[in-house]
Order: sequence, then C-alpha cells, then structure tokens
Amino acid sequence: MNATPTHGFSMEALGRNAPGEAAAPPACLEVKNLNLYYGDTQALENIELAIPRRQVTAFIGPSGCGKSTLLRCFNRMNDLVDGVRLQGRILIDGEDIYHPDVNVVDLRRRVGMVFQKPNPFPKTIYENVAYGLRLQGIKKRHILDETVEKALRRAALWDEVKDRLHENALGMSGGQQQRLVIARAIAVEPEVLLLDEPASALDPISTLKIEELIFELKERYTIIIVTHNMQQAARVSDYTAFLFMGRLIEYDKTNTIFTNPAQKQTEDYITGRYG
Amino acid sequence: MKSWFKSGTPWIWLNACAVSVSILMVIGLLALIAVRGLGHFWPADLAEFDYMERDGSLSRLVGEFHETEEVPAEQLRASGDLNIGGEAWITRHLIKTGNRDLSGMDFRWVIDSRVSSLTYPRTLVAVERREWGNLYGYLHSLREGSRTVAEGEAAWKPFMERLARAEDLHARIRAIEKDEIGSINSGMERLRLAKRKLELEGIDDPARLAAIAAEETRLKQRYAGLQDELLKLYEAIQRDSVSFTVADGTQVRVPLAKIVRAFRPNAMSLPDKAGHYFAKLWEFVSDEPREANTEGGIFPAIFGTIMMVMLMSVFVTPFGVVAAIYLREYARQGLLTRTIRIAVNNLAGVPSIVYGIFGLGFFVYFLGGNIDQLFFPEALPAPTMGTPGILWASLTLALLTVPVVIVATEEGLSRVPRAVREGSLALGATKAETLWRTVLPMASPAIMTGLILAIARAAGEVAPLMLVGVVKLAPALPLDGDFPYLHLDRKFMHLGFHIYDVGFQSPNVEAARPLVYATALLLVLVIVVLNLTAIAIRNRLREKYKSLEH
Repeated sequence: MNATPTHGFSMEALGRNAPGEAAAPPACLEVKNLNLYYGDTQALENIELAIPRRQVTAFIGPSGCGKSTLLRCFNRMNDLVDGVRLQGRILIDGEDIYHPDVNVVDLRRRVGMVFQKPNPFPKTIYENVAYGLRLQGIKKRHILDETVEKALRRAALWDEVKDRLHENALGMSGGQQQRLVIARAIAVEPEVLLLDEPASALDPISTLKIEELIFELKERYTIIIVTHNMQQAARVSDYTAFLFMGRLIEYDKTNTIFTNPAQKQTEDYITGRYG
Repeated sequence: MKSWFKSGTPWIWLNACAVSVSILMVIGLLALIAVRGLGHFWPADLAEFDYMERDGSLSRLVGEFHETEEVPAEQLRASGDLNIGGEAWITRHLIKTGNRDLSGMDFRWVIDSRVSSLTYPRTLVAVERREWGNLYGYLHSLREGSRTVAEGEAAWKPFMERLARAEDLHARIRAIEKDEIGSINSGMERLRLAKRKLELEGIDDPARLAAIAAEETRLKQRYAGLQDELLKLYEAIQRDSVSFTVADGTQVRVPLAKIVRAFRPNAMSLPDKAGHYFAKLWEFVSDEPREANTEGGIFPAIFGTIMMVMLMSVFVTPFGVVAAIYLREYARQGLLTRTIRIAVNNLAGVPSIVYGIFGLGFFVYFLGGNIDQLFFPEALPAPTMGTPGILWASLTLALLTVPVVIVATEEGLSRVPRAVREGSLALGATKAETLWRTVLPMASPAIMTGLILAIARAAGEVAPLMLVGVVKLAPALPLDGDFPYLHLDRKFMHLGFHIYDVGFQSPNVEAARPLVYATALLLVLVIVVLNLTAIAIRNRLREKYKSLEH
C-alpha cells in the first residue's frame, strides 16, 4: 500500500554490519513488518527489528516518533488504548505474542515494564515489590520475604530501605521510587524489561544510579530502553535503534550509530541538528 | 474609587460578607435550638402568688414562670377581658401550673399587674408523675396503706426513702414485664407459627408436635411464675401513697408508684440543681418516652435513627460502588452510558416523598407481600415483611442516596492516575485485580465522601420514612436480646419524625415545645457525629492513599 522500503535489521544483518566482531547473540525478540494505527493515523510503519538477548537496546528519536508506542507493543500495553490497530508480528522466543491464544496476563509477567514517572502503589515498600507475586497467588511468607529481598538487592535498593520495608512507598525520593518500581518489575522474574524513559523525571545522581543498575541488570534480562537522552543511550546500551516519524531509520551497534551512522538523518539527530 | 473597584477589593469583601452571614446563620440556628432545648431540663423555681381573675375574684396560684411577653391591651380586650387598665401594652407571663388532673390544663397566661404577694416558699414540692404531668403543692401527709406515717414537713425524709423503694420496685416490674414476659411472648408466637407451619405443610409429626407442646407448657409455667412475682411486686409498690395540698387548698393523693421523682426546687442549691439537670438530660437521651411522647426520653428514636442510617450505609455503599465501577470502568462510553449518567444525576433530584411512595408500593407491598407468601405463609393474614419496617425504610433511603454514592465514586475512580493502573497491569494483573488491589483502595476516600453525603441526606429525611416504617411509638427496638436479635421487620422511631410528632401531633403543645427544640438539637448532634465518624475514616484513608495526586 505504500512504497516505503522496509527498513529491516535482522541479527544476521547486524552481524554483517560489524565484520570482525564476534557474532551477535541470538535474538530474543523479533518484530516483523509491524504497522500500528491510532484510528486513521499510522504511528508505526513497517518496523522490522531483532533485539538480542541479555543486551541493552536503546530506542532514540524525537518526540512523537513512535518509540514509546513500539515499546508498549512488546507487552501489549497498547491493547488498553481505544482505537489501536496492529498489523504484523512480534515474536518473543519465536512465539507470536499477538496470537489469539496468548495469555496477555502471562505475557506481561514475562515482559516487565517501568514507566517514565515513578508509579509506586500507595502501599508499603514490601507490598509494592510483593504485588506481582501476590497476583500469582504466592502467599507463603518466607517465599515472599526472600523474593522481595532479592528483588530489592538487585535493584540496588535493599540497603536503603531494609529498615523501613513496611513504610509507605510514597514517602521515598523519586530516584528510590523508580528503583522500587524496577524491583517490583524484576520480582516476578521477567525475561524482558521495558524501560520507558526511566530517568527522565529524576535528578542527575538518581539517573546515574539507574544507569548503573541497568548495566548490572543486563546480565540477567533483555533490556529495552526508550530515552531522549543521547548520552544516556550511548552510555548504557549495546544496540541503538533510531526512529523517526514512525519509521525505523537505523538500527545497529551503539558504537556504530554514534560514531559512524549509515544514514544522514541519524547523524543529524545525534549531532543535535534537529529533534 | 474606580481603581478600588478594579483592584477586586469589593469583591473580596462581598465574598467575606456572604461567608460571615452564612456562618452566623448556622451558629444562630444552633444556639437557638440549644438554648431553648437544653434550658428545659433546668429545675425552675416555683412561685406562689395571689392572682386577681378577670371577674375580680382572688385566687392562689403556684407555678413556674415560663416566658414573658408584651401584648397590646386591645388584643386582651377583644378576647373578653374588660378590666384592662389604660396602658397600650400589657405585660403577661406564661406559667406552668401543672396539676392537669385538677384544672384540665398545664399552662396559663397571667397578667403581670394582677399578680400580688409573690413568694418562693422553700417547702413547695414539684412532683413528676407517670401520668397527668407535674404536680405542685405542699407535702401534707405520707401514708402506708391507710395508716398515716408522717405529716407536714416531717414527712419529706420518709417520703424520699419510700420513693426510692418504689422506684426500685418499678424498675423490677418493668424488667419483668418488658424483657422476660416480652421474650416469653415472642417465644409463644414462634411456637404458634411453628405449629401453623406444620399444619400448612400437612406434616403430622407427633414427635415435633409434642416437642412444641412441651416447650409451650414450659413457657406457660414460667409465665405463671412471673405473674405471681408481678402480683407481689404490684402489691408492694401500691403500699405507700402521699398527699399534697395544692394551690387552691384541695388535697391530692398520689400513690408512690405513680411518681417518677419529687423535688423542692426553691430549696435546691446550685449543685443540687445541676445534678437534677444532668439527671433529666440523661433521662432524655437514655429513656423511653412517656405520656404521648411529651415526657421522658427519646432513646428509641435515637437508636432507630442511627440504626436506620447504618443499615442504609450497608446497602448503599456496595450498590453505588458496583454501579459506578461498571459505568466508569467497564461500560462502553457512549450515548447509553451518558443517558444513564444523566438519569442517575436526576434521580438525586426527585422529591423524597416520591421515593416513599415507591418504597411503599414496591418494597412493602410487592416485595414484602411476596416474601410473606413464600417464606412466612404460617403467619398470614398477619404480614411479616409485607408491612412497613426498618428494612424497607433503609432500602428506600438507600435508593434515595445511591446517586450521590455513584457520582462520588465515579469521580474518585476517574482521579486514579493512569500510571498506577498501567503499573499494575504491566505486572500481569488483570483489570479486575487492578481494580480490587489498587484502584478501589485509592478511590476509597472519594467513596467515603459519597457515603458522607448520603448519610447527611438520609439522616435528615422524614417524609419517605412516614410511609415505609416510622411510627410514633415503637413497642420494641429493632435490635434486642430475642432471637434473631436483629428484627428487620420491626417498625422503628426516628428523631425527625419525633420532632414532627411532638411538635404538631401532641395534645400538650406548650409542654412539648422545649422537647421539640431538644430533639432537634439531638438530631443535629446525631448527624454531626455520624458525619464526623465518616470524615475521620475518610481522612485516615486519605492519609494512607495520599497518592500521585500531583
């Protein structure tokens, strides 16, 4: 229906783009010919993408380019928005997540998400982290205790909150809240972690902590991060995808994107000529 | 001047004035009913004076001064009093003369200028009786049977002692009549219904019939025992009587059994009076009404009001919340939901009497009637649920207030940030789990706000209740010690209706007026307490869920 060429980036292509380096790790998440419409407006056009396992992939691009929309496709958060229509396929471990048989609740447990603004529940710190576990029907106190501690340790929050686990989470600072939300997401042991501008509402120190955390978390989880901050993308990610006007312009190793982009648009954006 | 207008200062002043006027009006209202209502319980001094009647004859009067007013002389002349002096305005007093059994009235107006030799004798006695209102007079003699025990002033002490004994006996008689015989009666009624039920169902089970008969005999025996005890108590309480010399010199004999309390107001010190005051006040809030509701307390009305409001809250909250959740969270937003919302809002504006009629027609006659047919056929033709009662009254009021709860809950639901909902969904919660675990708790302060508004409206309603369950005098509370303890089919008393009844349906308007104020004050207090409780709960919830409102 339109003449736009498909910007396809498969893992093989990535491997070819960087000759001399080791072969890219196997893809965890594959997007195949994805089109997404809000009513009559097309928000994503022919997205073709493969995201490697246990690496950090960053989506960058100007506001409204569709990077958050794309991210929200991965845990089907867009299902909640009225008038959204989607074509194409998204595979996680080879399984189409938009297949009618897929249990969305189960999918969202496998694909955790952290939002731009910290959104802890108005409950205690402990209950926030235990929320996902309780949803799975886990009631045993010692299992809950262990998992909460493990999640908080992995989110680098344990030492700060271990003495006030049963205080209201809304009393924490913004940075702590965001790490709590990450702990809450990893408590249910997801495979993929989606971070939607996780540090944009935070001060520089908290941002740094979140970035360090992302670096540690990638050992266990496949991480996809949407960010406005180019330095952040350069610092934390292994791969970077540049989106513009709903299209995937370029997707490559972060190093390549920031040092030697293939497309003119990418270069213009990362050098700050627009966006 | 122009710049003064432009600066907005007059606007601020106007607003400030409006607020002050509103506050003053509220305070004035409360002060008026508080002063008029609470003043009633203070023991007034008893005056004795000579009064020149219209025809010029002198008579002796005893009574409490109640109020004083100035009336045009013309008005008195027109009413047939031709001996009025030349002044244009005449001062007159309303005095409570009591002794209704002798003179036929409790109150009379006296013209100030015709009062002479006014004294406040310390030995004047005021007697509160169980019937015929107050009696004022001098103690003449105390008798035990036909034997005189003491006379004159010397009789006061033994009178007080014997009065205490009589009160004791009275309390025991009441306990037996009301509680024990009452529970025997309800037991007998249960047995009768059980028997009738067996009969209706065509079951001929001799074992069960025998069990019922045995139980019946047991109850009857207990009843006979109580009857004997009652007879003895009655004999004992009838032993003493006391005679008083009243203002016009006649002697009145009053059995001690008929006296609630006797006191000498003119001889009382301030602490005595304060004690008396609080005793009366306590009686007012804790006792049952006497003498067509013009004396005694209003406890059953307080109890009925609170219980009805609580039942209503129990019904209205789940209904309203569930409806609001459906409207806001699940229903497709469109013309239909918009229409429903408008309809709900308009329901809040329907006059309450219309709800009363609906309650009578639907709840009482239709639902209640059918329930009787299905579940209580043994009691027919006497209705069990097919008659006005506290259940139907609270359901009617729940219907009346459900729009408020729906609107407030919807408001609360819409204020829960999207981010929190998404956070919950992203963790793998279903929509229902998100609602239960996160959204509803966060909306609970708003739900409480709706409930507060509902309570405020329901507690003050009278009109619909008159059709669906309120009565002038309920023989028993809707909650008591008899199985099944909570009697939802019973009629109940209500403060709002009590005000109407005492104020407008009373045979003794002057005596009832202070009670109207006192009851009104109490109704306001009850509503304030109910509201404050709900507000306290809401504030705790707010503190707990003070969330991402920024």
